[in-house]
Amino acid sequence: MNINLTLKIWRQANQDAPGKFVDYPVENISTEASFLEMMDILNEELVAKGEEPVAFDHDCREGICGMCSLFINGRPHGPDDSITTCQLHMRKFKDGETIVIEPWRAKPFPVIKDLMVDRTAFDEIIQAGGYVNINTGGVPDANAIPIRKENADLAMDAASCIGCGACVAACKNASAMLFVSAKVSQFTLLPQGKVEAHERVENMVAKMDELGFGNCTNTYACEAECPKDISITNIARMNREFLCAKVS
Amino acid sequence: MGKSYIYSSVTKKVIMSLVGLFLITFLLVHLTINLLLLFDPTRELFNVAAHFMGTNPLIQIFQWVLFGGFALHMILGVILQVQNWMARPKGYKKKAASEKSLFSRFMIHTGILIVVFLVIHFSDFFIKAKFLGEIGEIVYNGHHYEDMGLLVIEKFQMLGYVIFYVIALLILGFHLDHAFQSAFQSLGVNHPKYTPFIMGFSRFLAIVITVGYIFIPLFIYLK
Ligand code: HEM
Ligand code: FES
Repeated sequence: MNINLTLKIWRQANQDAPGKFVDYPVENISTEASFLEMMDILNEELVAKGEEPVAFDHDCREGICGMCSLFINGRPHGPDDSITTCQLHMRKFKDGETIVIEPWRAKPFPVIKDLMVDRTAFDEIIQAGGYVNINTGGVPDANAIPIRKENADLAMDAASCIGCGACVAACKNASAMLFVSAKVSQFTLLPQGKVEAHERVENMVAKMDELGFGNCTNTYACEAECPKDISITNIARMNREFLCAKVS
Repeated sequence: MGKSYIYSSVTKKVIMSLVGLFLITFLLVHLTINLLLLFDPTRELFNVAAHFMGTNPLIQIFQWVLFGGFALHMILGVILQVQNWMARPKGYKKKAASEKSLFSRFMIHTGILIVVFLVIHFSDFFIKAKFLGEIGEIVYNGHHYEDMGLLVIEKFQMLGYVIFYVIALLILGFHLDHAFQSAFQSLGVNHPKYTPFIMGFSRFLAIVITVGYIFIPLFIYLK
């Protein structure tokens, strides 16, 4: 089936330009197409007309890199659960629908152009402590360090965060707690990460605050919109770790 | 970086939640005493309890802890909220409701309305009792007590008053519905075994406190 749509897209020439919404009709879009393919079709039409194509982030287009980042009809990554924008398909939309497409909105994520935002803030948080510093030596025997199966699973779940920023985009406070807590958890749950657990959580939370992300009101919108279903139990774990770090 | 962590976002939320839970225990004590006024034509239970709360030295000290708690909760609540607003200078044109906790969106609004209510509530009862001495006396077993109970009953003969209190208490209930479970999450208590219970208990507590408080003006008015 093919559908016609109106796209209401945020256009902004550069970081300092004011920006505004512009309507673009797109016709004859296959419901089999992915959302980003639909955007490609629009851009080809714009280029053919000699207009500036819409800038948006994407890379792998298979839900693993975390680059795609559109706020579609009020939801990060659009009207489907547990997927990234590149995994969204046009069958989720009705013929004749108007689709509002916006960039992530948060002070620490300034718009670079149109729908592209600068997510360097996340890299800075990782640089503040999202790593293991200690010398872990050569590759050890698989069973040399015993790890509880449950912890291994929880660490793996936390590590599935792709750092796309949907949690920040969805949060009414633009809080980065889900992202930071996933990164804190993936280390702190494992023996190698535990060694530096205290300074890690303190430094990452301090960096997060310094960058101007909001505070957590426990609305749990982040968990609802996370393409990787990162759980808010990670936030509770980070709060626990932070408290332990503070009192020790 | 040392000092900057002391006031980190997480620290502020932890203080907020501890103070909030303390305020909830106060609400429960206050509710219990209020309920003594019902089904007691002599008002003795309530008046004696009110006298105890107004004179016991330990309670007098705790009263200041309570005021401090309210102040701290309000100041931190406003600071957190202002920071949250600043974190998104430009909002969305279209925003769906992704929140899983409905009243979490309105904590600052319900909070500020609670402050407004508290100011009025204070000038109605507390200030009259403490400073103005406009309250009649009543004697039980040869001891003199302020007849606080009569003041309450007189107030709640006015329909407008009753409606005002009912609305204010509903708003408090909305605040509490999110607040109780949120405090546990802020303190890092989230466990597959206990969290569903805490979530349910938060709603239960909000309903018990709200219905309990609302029952008093309604009962007095209708009697
Ligand atoms: C009897 C009165 C009150 C009780 C029992 C109460 C209780 C609580 C509790 C337990 C929380 C949850 C803390 C957390 O999420 O960790 C909370 C949050 C909050 N309270 Fe209150 N509160 C009361 C009055 C007020 C007042 C007067 C204000 C005025 C500003 C207020 C503003 C807030 C705000 C803004 C939050 C959310 C903070 C955030 O997470 O961003 N509350 N309250
Ligand atoms: S483009 Fe890589 S996750 Fe969407």
